[in-house]
Amino acid sequence: MRFLFKTDYEDDIRLFPHSGYVWSYGALFVLLAIAPYVLSSYLVSQLVFVCIYATVGVGLLILTGFTGQASLGHAAFLAIGAYTAAYLQQFNVPFPVYFLAAGLLTGVIGAIVGFPALRLQGIYLVIATISFAFIVEEILARWESVTHGNEGMRIKTIQLLGTQISRDSPTFYFLCLAVLVLTIVGSLNLLRSPTGRAFIAIRDSETAARSMGINVALYKVKSFAISAAITGFAGVLFAHKLSFISPEMFTLQLSIEFIIVILIGGTFSLHGAVLGAIFIVMIDPFLTYLKDDMPGVIAGVAAALGAGSERAGHIRDGVAAFASANGLKGAIYGVIIVLFVLFEPLGLYGRWLKIKLFFQLFPLYKRATFKRQKIYVKSERNR
Amino acid sequence: MSYFRAENISLHFGGLKAVDAVSFAVEKGEILSIIGPNGAGKSSIFNLISRIYTPTSGRIFFEDQDITEVPAYGIARLGIARTFQNIELFENATVLNNLLVGRHRHSTTQLWQELLFLPGVRANEKAHRRRVEQVIELLDLEPYRDKLISGLPYGVRKVIELARALCSEPKLILLDEPSSGLNVEETDDMSFWIRDLKSELGITVVMVEHDMTLVNRVSDRVIALNYGRVLAMGSPAEVQGHPDVVAAYLGA
Repeated sequence: MRFLFKTDYEDDIRLFPHSGYVWSYGALFVLLAIAPYVLSSYLVSQLVFVCIYATVGVGLLILTGFTGQASLGHAAFLAIGAYTAAYLQQFNVPFPVYFLAAGLLTGVIGAIVGFPALRLQGIYLVIATISFAFIVEEILARWESVTHGNEGMRIKTIQLLGTQISRDSPTFYFLCLAVLVLTIVGSLNLLRSPTGRAFIAIRDSETAARSMGINVALYKVKSFAISAAITGFAGVLFAHKLSFISPEMFTLQLSIEFIIVILIGGTFSLHGAVLGAIFIVMIDPFLTYLKDDMPGVIAGVAAALGAGSERAGHIRDGVAAFASANGLKGAIYGVIIVLFVLFEPLGLYGRWLKIKLFFQLFPLYKRATFKRQKIYVKSERNR
Repeated sequence: MSYFRAENISLHFGGLKAVDAVSFAVEKGEILSIIGPNGAGKSSIFNLISRIYTPTSGRIFFEDQDITEVPAYGIARLGIARTFQNIELFENATVLNNLLVGRHRHSTTQLWQELLFLPGVRANEKAHRRRVEQVIELLDLEPYRDKLISGLPYGVRKVIELARALCSEPKLILLDEPSSGLNVEETDDMSFWIRDLKSELGITVVMVEHDMTLVNRVSDRVIALNYGRVLAMGSPAEVQGHPDVVAAYLGA
């Protein structure tokens, strides 16, 4: 068990509280650096998606986790980033320029969305952001002169410093990783400065925030803008990774996936975005496994248990029909959300902290350490 | 001219007159208590001053400036801090972060500087941290620095709210029932601190309070309210002896 003796105000400010963090993050960095050279191209591709989803997750965390403003419209911000990149690419705009432009434009649109959101709370804000997402989806389908409508748009390979960065190359992976790391570091910096604290204050009590001199409207708009801009940057990478974008890729389901990322990862820490992203990216291979292998496996088990070959065949067909049923993904998402909200409200990162504490305190860990308390003295009058 | 002045402020909810043409003045460096039965409009006056509610009519002046139209967040920037009757702390943040939010009105850094955490931001953070530490020392909050609010007992939260208000280095502080829910010992501490605010930090204090022992011990002047109107104003003894006040409390 390690005791931290703080001797300087710097101890409360620095990002790595002690040397243990430097070692563990250093090791993680080394692993990530050699990953594209040792892992299969499929896994590297999955890692790229993890980076992109985690970047969006960090953006969403700033808005939902730290400012307390729920959003189900982040797929629209991702779309705006992606389409800006695709549109500007046609005019041979260099990558760094359209990358920044996409983030900037998305940020501005985020701020504009933030204004009407100022008057909305809770579920009403969620509905407003959903409708925003639908509006954007519709515009993308109809504004054919710019977006090519439902035909979609092709994204050319990145041209940077005279070289091509193909979407499957290690360089592209490092680019996505760099964007993720920069986003995380920037967000951490924000969270340890006055703006981040203002966000947290607004989340926990708008009345108190106001009476402490925080311009709640301004900071909500800032939060929307930052969150949208980060998502816009991720959108550019997303477009490049898929090399083709069309309106039906940016649906409500994608927004829900982003919410799942932070809900499952844990909404109180940026770690949650990364853990949640890993989780959500792993669902697809799991579904593929369910579709391809599961029926055979179950039929095999049934046969071993003494079912006749005809019976086993029936079981295999049944399981196969179930595994490839339409909407299975949505159903699985729903079940996951419900289970996490009920049994693991602090998410995967919360679980990790509990496991860590268990070993740090061994054998003194008390079961009730993280038991949620009921709070009776919460005033709702001054909303 | 008085330091702080409320002129005929009223707050009407439809036909209900929560505050009805109340006028009072606060001199610099004094401790003024507002007393009255439940529903008399004491907290409503606070909510009018800190602009959580907008006055139906009347004007409010602070340091000879009309602050009736100043938005809620602007009030704090003028140097008026407050606490809440039912505690409005930032539940899921540490004590330290709660207190640092109190420093918000003094923060000068821009968003882009904060994203990069430039040396200027770091220096500012350390300066804020130093001021916060002074308040922590004053109010004996050392054991709680890194604790989350949600796990702290009521008495401590009450003190932290006072600390957060002090961190903004206010000129005028509004305390809404500082001793409610505190035991005898904690109330004693609170009364010493309120005196210290006046004598050591030179802060003008306006407080709403039910505990008459505390009111007698610390206040220079007392205002008694009932049904949104001022019943009596004067020294603690005068107000308590006033026939209208006795009637309001005992229902004569």
